[in-house]
Amino acid sequence: MSRIGRIATITLFTLCAAATGNAQDISGKEMKSLDGQVQEIKSDVLSIASELGNLEERLLYPSNTQVAVFVSIEEDDTFRLDAIQIEIDGELATHHIYSFKELEALQKGGVQRAYTGNIVTGGHELRITMKGKHDNGKDFTESGSFAFDKGVKPKTLGITLAGPGLGTNGIRVGDW
Amino acid sequence: MRRAPSSVLGLLLTVGLATSPGRAEELKDLYFGEALYHAHQGQFFEALERLDTEIIQYDELDEPELDTLYYHIDDAEFSLGDFELRYRMHHRAGRAIKAVLEGAVDEVIRNDAAYRLARIHFQKGQMADALRALGRIEGKIPEPIRDDIEFLRANVYLAEGRPEESVDVLKRLQDSDSFGGFAAYNLGIAYLQQGRRQEALEQLDRAGQISTDDPAELAIRDKSNLVLGTILLESDEFAKAIPYLNRVRLDGPFSNQALLSSGWASLSIEKADRAVVSWSILAEREVTDRATQEAMLALPYAYGRLDVHGRAAIYYGRALDSFSAEIDKLNESIDSIRAGKFLEALIREEIRKDKDWVIRLRSLPETPETYYLMQLLASHDFQAGLQNYLDLADLQKKLRTWQTSFDSYDEMVDIRLDHFDPLLPDVDTTFRELDSRLRLRTEQHKMLVQRRDDLLTTPRPEFLATREEQALLARLEDLETGLQGTDSSLANSLRQRIARLKGTLTWTLETEYHDRLTRFDRNLRELDTAMAVARKQYDEYVRSRQAATHSYTGYEKPINRLRVRVAKATANIELLMARQGRLLEIVAIDELIVRRERLEQYGDKARFALADSYDRATQAQANIGDPQ
Repeated sequence: MSRIGRIATITLFTLCAAATGNAQDISGKEMKSLDGQVQEIKSDVLSIASELGNLEERLLYPSNTQVAVFVSIEEDDTFRLDAIQIEIDGELATHHIYSFKELEALQKGGVQRAYTGNIVTGGHELRITMKGKHDNGKDFTESGSFAFDKGVKPKTLGITLAGPGLGTNGIRVGDW
Repeated sequence: MRRAPSSVLGLLLTVGLATSPGRAEELKDLYFGEALYHAHQGQFFEALERLDTEIIQYDELDEPELDTLYYHIDDAEFSLGDFELRYRMHHRAGRAIKAVLEGAVDEVIRNDAAYRLARIHFQKGQMADALRALGRIEGKIPEPIRDDIEFLRANVYLAEGRPEESVDVLKRLQDSDSFGGFAAYNLGIAYLQQGRRQEALEQLDRAGQISTDDPAELAIRDKSNLVLGTILLESDEFAKAIPYLNRVRLDGPFSNQALLSSGWASLSIEKADRAVVSWSILAEREVTDRATQEAMLALPYAYGRLDVHGRAAIYYGRALDSFSAEIDKLNESIDSIRAGKFLEALIREEIRKDKDWVIRLRSLPETPETYYLMQLLASHDFQAGLQNYLDLADLQKKLRTWQTSFDSYDEMVDIRLDHFDPLLPDVDTTFRELDSRLRLRTEQHKMLVQRRDDLLTTPRPEFLATREEQALLARLEDLETGLQGTDSSLANSLRQRIARLKGTLTWTLETEYHDRLTRFDRNLRELDTAMAVARKQYDEYVRSRQAATHSYTGYEKPINRLRVRVAKATANIELLMARQGRLLEIVAIDELIVRRERLEQYGDKARFALADSYDRATQAQANIGDPQ
C-alpha cells in the first residue's frame, strides 16, 4: 500500500516533467496532423473574409457616399470612457457603451471603427457626446460639434477623446 | 516593471504584443490602429482580417511613401506575424516573421522577430531551429524581451539535453525581475539533468525560499519545495523530505500532492500520527483529485498503523462509499461525453467569455465529466486540440452568418436593378441632349476665350461692335458697294455721308474699345463661373449615373464565388470539427477510464482492508473483553 502511494507520488514529479510541462501523450500525432489542417482552413476563411469585406464595402458603402468615423483615446489619458454617441446632421449615427476590454484596447493605442455609413456630398455637422468618469470617480459628460465636408472620395474622420480638464480639447476631430 | 510569466510551469512561455503595437509613436494609420484595437481584445481573426487587407493594399501602391501605413509598415508586418502566432497559425506566422527577418528592418525589430521565430520552433519542439533563430539575435536587443530571450535559450538547451549551457544562462537570470523564480527553479532542474544532485538540492532549496507575492512565483516556489521533497522521499531520506513538503502553501495548487507526500514521509519514519494529520486535511478536499482519493485510502491505513482499527474500518467504509459514488459519476461522465454533451458545453459562448472558463465549466450541472478532466484540460496537447475545436466552432459561426447574408445581397442588388433599370433610358435620353448642348456651349466658350486672348495682343475694335453696329456697318458697306461705278453729285454726296457715318462708327468703336474689352472680359469671367457650375453638375450627374449602375452591376459573380467558397469552407470545417471533437472525446474518455480503473483498484484494496480492520477491531474488542 505505502509503496503504491510513493510510486504514484514520485512518478508524477520526476525530474524533467516539471520543466517541459505536464504534457500528456494524447494522440499527439493525430492532434498535430489536425492542427495543420485547422491552420489551412483558418487561412482560407481569412481570405474569404477579406474578399467579402471588399464586396460589402462596394455594395453597402460606395466611395462617393461613404463616411467612416474612428475613435481613439489621447495618449497617457487615464479617464474612464463609459459611452459615446455620434450624430451626423442631427441624426443619431451610433452610440456605444464600452466594456473594460474595449477601453483597455483604446488605452493601449487601438482605434475603434465606431461608425460606417453613407451621406451625400457637401457640408455636414458631426456631433459627439462622451460620458465617462473622472479619476476621482465623478461622472462627466462632454459634447462637441464639428463641421466637415464630404467630397467624392470616402470620408474618414478620426475622433480623439481626452479626459475632462483640458478645456475644449476634450474631443478633437481630425480628417484622415 | 514586473511582468509575471503566464505559467507556473516555467517553460510555457507567454506570447504578447511586446514591441510592435503600442503607444511608442504617434499612430498615423487608422486601419492599423483598428487592427490593434481588435488584437488588444484578443480578437485575432478580426485583427488579421483588417491588417492583412491593409498590407496587401499597401503592397499594391505605386507610391507607398504617400500612404499613412508607410510610417508603420515594419511594425505592421511584424504585428501580422504576431497576430498569426496568437491565432495559432504557426505556419503563416513563421513565414511572416522570416520575411521580417530578411527585410531591411531596424535591428531591434529584427531581434524581436528572431526571438518570436525561436519561440514558435520551441513550441513545435524544433529545438535545433529554435537555437538557429536565437543565434540570429545580435546587436541591440529590445529591453522588455531581454530576459525572455535568455530564458527561452536556457529552456531550449534543457530540452536539447544540454544542461551545462542551460546552467550558464540560468545563473545569469537569477536576479531577473520577470523570471527570477522560474530561473531559480529551472536551474535546479538543469543541475539534476547534469547529474549534479547536491547542487540541484541546494538550488531547489533556494528556489523554495524566494520572497515574493506574485501568484505565479509563489506557485513555482511551492513546486520547487515539492520537487525537492519528492527527490528526498524517493531516496528514502524521509525525515529530510518533510520540512520541504511542509513549506508548500496549504492553499496553493501543489498543496494536495505535498500533503500526500508529507503523509507518506511521516509514515515511513514511523510517525503515523503526523501522517494522520496531513491525510485528514487532504481527505476532506475535492474528492475528484487523485491525491485526495489516495489520501482517503491512506488515512485509515495510518489509523491501522496506530492500532486504531475501529476508526480505520470507519474510514475504509467511507472511502468505499465515496469511490463507489465517484465510479458512478465517472460512468455518467463517460456516457455524457459519448452523447456529445462535453463538446456542447465547451462551445457555449457565455462560458468562454470568462477567462477562467475552463474552471467555470465545473459549475455546469450538465458537464460532470469536467471534474475529472481538469488535469487533462491543462495539458498542452489537449489544450491545443481543444483550442482548435473552439476556433473551428467560431469560424463555423462566422461562415453561417455570411452564408445567410448572400441572399440579402442578392435581394439588395435586385431591388436596385428594379428601381434604376426603368428610369435609366429616359434619364439617358435627357442626358444625351444636355450633353450635346453642353459640348456646344463649351466650344463657344472656348472660342470666346480665344478671341479675348487675341484681342489682348492684337486689338480689333470691330470685333467688339454691338449687333446693331455690326448691322449698320454691313448696311453702310452694302450701300458703298451699290454706289460703285456711279459718278454723280448725288452719289458723291452719299459716299461722303457713308464715310461720315463709318467715321462716326469707327470713332465709337475705337474710343470705347477698352471699356468694351473690359466688359467683354468681365462677362467672360462670369461665363467661366457659370460654365464651371455646369461642368460640376455634369460631373455629378455622370458620377451618380455611374453609381447607380455600379450599385447593381458586377455583383453576381463575386457573390456566387463567395457563396461557393463559404459553402466549401463550411463543409471542411464540419468535417474537421467532427474529427477534432471525436479525438477530444476519445482522449477525455480514455482519461476517465484510467481514473475509473484506478478507483476500482482502490475500491478492491479498501474492501479487503475494511474486512481486515473489522477483524482486527473485533479481535481488539475481544482482547479487552477477555483479559486472558
